[in-house]
Amino acid sequence: MNIIVCIKQVPDTTEIKIDPVKGTLIREGVPSIMNPDDKGGLELALRMKDMYGANVTVITMGPPQADLILREALAMGADRAILLTDRKFAGADTLATSYALAGAIKTMDYDLIIAGRQAIDGDTAQVGPEMAEHLGLPQVSYVVDAQLTDHHSLMVKKEDEECVQTLEVEGKCVLTVLASAYQARYMSVSGIMEAYSREVEIWTADKIEVEEEKLGLKGSPTKVFRSYPKALKTPGELHEVSEEEAVELIVSKLKEKHII
Amino acid sequence: MDLKAYKNVYVFAEQRDGVIQPVAYELLGKARELADDLGEKVVALLLGHQVREKAASLVEMGADEVIVADSPELKDYLTEQYAQVLYQIITANKPNIVLYGATTIGRDLAPRLASRLRTGLTADCTRLEIAEKENEPGEKEFRMTRPAFGGNLMATIICPNNRPQMSTVRPGVMQKREKETGRKGTVTDFQPQFDRSKFKVKLIGKVKNNAANADITAAKVLVSGGRGVHDKAGFDKLQGLADCLGGMVASSRAMVDAGVMDHAYQVGQTGKTVRPDLYVACGISGAIQHLAGMEESGYIVAINKDKFAPIFSVADLGIVGDLHKIVPMLTERLKKEMAE
Repeated sequence: MNIIVCIKQVPDTTEIKIDPVKGTLIREGVPSIMNPDDKGGLELALRMKDMYGANVTVITMGPPQADLILREALAMGADRAILLTDRKFAGADTLATSYALAGAIKTMDYDLIIAGRQAIDGDTAQVGPEMAEHLGLPQVSYVVDAQLTDHHSLMVKKEDEECVQTLEVEGKCVLTVLASAYQARYMSVSGIMEAYSREVEIWTADKIEVEEEKLGLKGSPTKVFRSYPKALKTPGELHEVSEEEAVELIVSKLKEKHII
Repeated sequence: MDLKAYKNVYVFAEQRDGVIQPVAYELLGKARELADDLGEKVVALLLGHQVREKAASLVEMGADEVIVADSPELKDYLTEQYAQVLYQIITANKPNIVLYGATTIGRDLAPRLASRLRTGLTADCTRLEIAEKENEPGEKEFRMTRPAFGGNLMATIICPNNRPQMSTVRPGVMQKREKETGRKGTVTDFQPQFDRSKFKVKLIGKVKNNAANADITAAKVLVSGGRGVHDKAGFDKLQGLADCLGGMVASSRAMVDAGVMDHAYQVGQTGKTVRPDLYVACGISGAIQHLAGMEESGYIVAINKDKFAPIFSVADLGIVGDLHKIVPMLTERLKKEMAE
């Protein structure tokens, strides 16, 4: 079985701080990490490899430094790594990104495609389903578990707001996985040693099945009109008082606001 | 693409088990404003099985027209079934704007359609507006604003050359209108043509998640706990206060990740967006992802030991102190208050 896992390098957004004076993002010193949901997806692929035997290929689209997360994936147990990188991909929104990824995947042999539900820098959850449509494959999103059945279909568990759904998928498909589904394994020591001598394949736009005008900024229907730091709310009162006084303060405020 | 051929603001009226979801009404409220600004109509799309009678409620909440696709194939949500029907309706009717709830259904369906229609989609919008184009006075433009970088940045997105312009909006963000009993609107039936050879996913079963009944988005009062609450026993104290105020408990991501609280109670970027009348944040430091989910609350009280905790930057009333002492004392004090 050949499994392709789509991963993305993202800034660790939990580490981003706002400059309280200028109101701008402080990006220096913010680490780049493998997107958590994608790591969950990779873990699912590696578990399927452990259970059924599979060849796991990781692919990412990004700048050359995204090499780092591909090597992390190799050290976790992936068999092959592909870096899709080209200036022609720059400025892509989710539609153009999913189109480029689909263009690369079309040239490959695969039985299953796994992606994370969403990336923590954009939080859109759109690339997985959009890519599935470009490839003409069914999709299941918000996946927390997947297993092969005896008759080679896939039994998938999906979490919605109220239920855990069980879905059976016939044939190839795209799954988008939640980080909370699996505790991802650590890189093995020998894996880390090896990962740096292994090849990461570099693919440019010429190598994949795409029409150039559908790539990057040109191929993106949405444009950023403007972006700005979130307006900071004026902080209210802050009190450092005894517990008794604190209780009285809260009660009087709740009365004043007609909450009680 | 002839942009002028695309007219009207469409809302995907999500239903589950025949019940129209609150987010559909919230979207109708916003769609009504957008359509009025554009001089266009609001059209609701209702897909399901034996749901036609629900169309009237969509009219009362702001729709001028409801297009109903009623079929046994549409009883439960499945991506391809719903995508086929919406694709047919959208290509036949050419809407200007289509809005979806940013639920597990909307966030599965809308990107699938965006890709099929080759148009833009903006996720999890917190503001939608019609504005005048900067370089073309008199020309109108649809602007969609959403948080990015985990809520650290706001981005306003436009979709200038593709139609329809589509966005998803999280439940609880837009305000629904007052119900207008007797409001007039048309109901149109749509007969979908299914390509069943594409139906590759089958729903085998659904198991209700126990915590699922906990709809924290509907609560008027939320007493929410973070790392400082420590454990289940700590949340029992919060529950006492919540009961006393007729509210519910909620949680930060930290306590969900720690396995203390179920995901259904989580407030924030990867949880739920809430705007109760009163939000009491106990032992929550206030990561930006958490603030993004609760800062629109009516009145925010924060109790935290660390006077530099970011939660105090959004709190109306901040108390530097030990929640484990203050919360039980406050509960007792309020009980007395209520008894009087």
